[in-house]
Amino acid sequence: MEALDIISYFLLLGLLLVSVKVVTTSNVIHAAISLVFTLAITAATFLLLSAEFVALVIVLVYIGAVIVLFLFGIMITRAPLGQNAELDNDKNKSLALVVSLSIFVIFSYVMFNTFDSQIIVTTGTSTELLGEILLSRFVFPFEVVSFVLLAALIGGITLARQDNALVDENQI
Amino acid sequence: MIDGSQILVTAGIVLAFALNGAVIFTILDVKGASWMQRRPGPLHVGLRGFIFPLAEIIKFFQKEDITPTNVDAPVFKWAPAYVLASVFGLFVVVPISPTLVGSDLDLGVFYLLAISSLSTLGVLTAGWSSANKYSLMGGIRAAGQLIAYELPLILAVVGVVIQAETMSLVGIVEKQIEFGLPFALSGQGLAFLIFMIAATAEMMRVPFDMPIGESELVSGFLTEYSGVRFLIFYIAEYMNMFVLCAVASTLFLGGYHVPLLPPEWVNFYGPVVLITKTVLLGFILVLVRWSFPRFREDQLQNLAWKVLIPLSLLNILITSIMKVVF
Repeated sequence: MEALDIISYFLLLGLLLVSVKVVTTSNVIHAAISLVFTLAITAATFLLLSAEFVALVIVLVYIGAVIVLFLFGIMITRAPLGQNAELDNDKNKSLALVVSLSIFVIFSYVMFNTFDSQIIVTTGTSTELLGEILLSRFVFPFEVVSFVLLAALIGGITLARQDNALVDENQI
Repeated sequence: MIDGSQILVTAGIVLAFALNGAVIFTILDVKGASWMQRRPGPLHVGLRGFIFPLAEIIKFFQKEDITPTNVDAPVFKWAPAYVLASVFGLFVVVPISPTLVGSDLDLGVFYLLAISSLSTLGVLTAGWSSANKYSLMGGIRAAGQLIAYELPLILAVVGVVIQAETMSLVGIVEKQIEFGLPFALSGQGLAFLIFMIAATAEMMRVPFDMPIGESELVSGFLTEYSGVRFLIFYIAEYMNMFVLCAVASTLFLGGYHVPLLPPEWVNFYGPVVLITKTVLLGFILVLVRWSFPRFREDQLQNLAWKVLIPLSLLNILITSIMKVVF
């Protein structure tokens, strides 16, 4: 397991570097691309933990859909090349520091409290098993989530259609 | 757990498969174009023009790799890499024969769909970083198209997964051998049609080539690229075409299997069978390319959202009902 340990330390170091880059860069697109790398390294970490399904979901949903929609939105509206001074916000730096520190403390507390120093050996999860559990034990939360997503979808369509209804037919 | 030689073998299979596929499809496209249009194709380089892709590659290497002054250099330079990585990633799971496969993942189909969505990123960043309004428009058109057609592509494949009860590509082929008929002829004909249409749109080939649209957008997101970086986009396009046709023949046409030949010899004839099926699908793409005019942007979006997605949802419904009934 030596090689895997070394690989995962390098990955985590890379994760730290790119995620700092996401917030420090003053170019929206550079931030989005750094976010892509952050998510890609997260997916790789999940692969090393033999959670293949989660890794692929991150690639498909976050990189393939969410980031692409981010980029799409940024480009359709306004995306100047080069530095964008508006992105630097010095006023909230102390607030951001407090928030991130507290998240860090809470997460570390939970992690140490739950796992202490025990080593858990995973053999990987089978997707079949995951599907069965989702549709038997967790079927109610699963359905609730799908209902919420459906509501969000309908809400999005309604918001997008509202303009159409307000425009006077004669003006077109 | 991590076996170095296994990684090297996989990389070798992927490279050989991908580069040869790109060359085969370049020749197919150009020779097919000359045949369809009754014009002389490449005839003079090598064996009646059949080694011209080599000359083409050498030509691109000689060209200067220009980075215009106003572009966002790091983003501009790395954009082709995302496209190339995505395409190479696709080749990893396509089985050339039951044993000759980069890696037979349990989640093969899911992996394919996840990795194929990465190329959108390359196209979008290429369009934006070129600092050129035609490139930006091309990039946005490409992204809109890729997002719209990814959905029918995924939903069409879901039908196959339901029928085969597995997401491993080798498993899907084995299921078709067991059943005796390829899925395209046994319940997934509609899914096959939707998959091919959506795949053509993903390749950004005529009639879905608005992102490149030479007469409207110069060359879309490719406008500012030259030399090796243009070559990467160009080769990636043909590799993408090859791998999507190979995936289609694996999922719907029985992959490396062909009836009547002895199953124990599959490692010998498997690659030939798969590549023959792939080339036949590629030939259909060539016929389509020279038969149809380019879609308009709104027609393209309508086709995806109002026709293909409802049809593929219907296909999933019918397949699930059939699965429960039988």
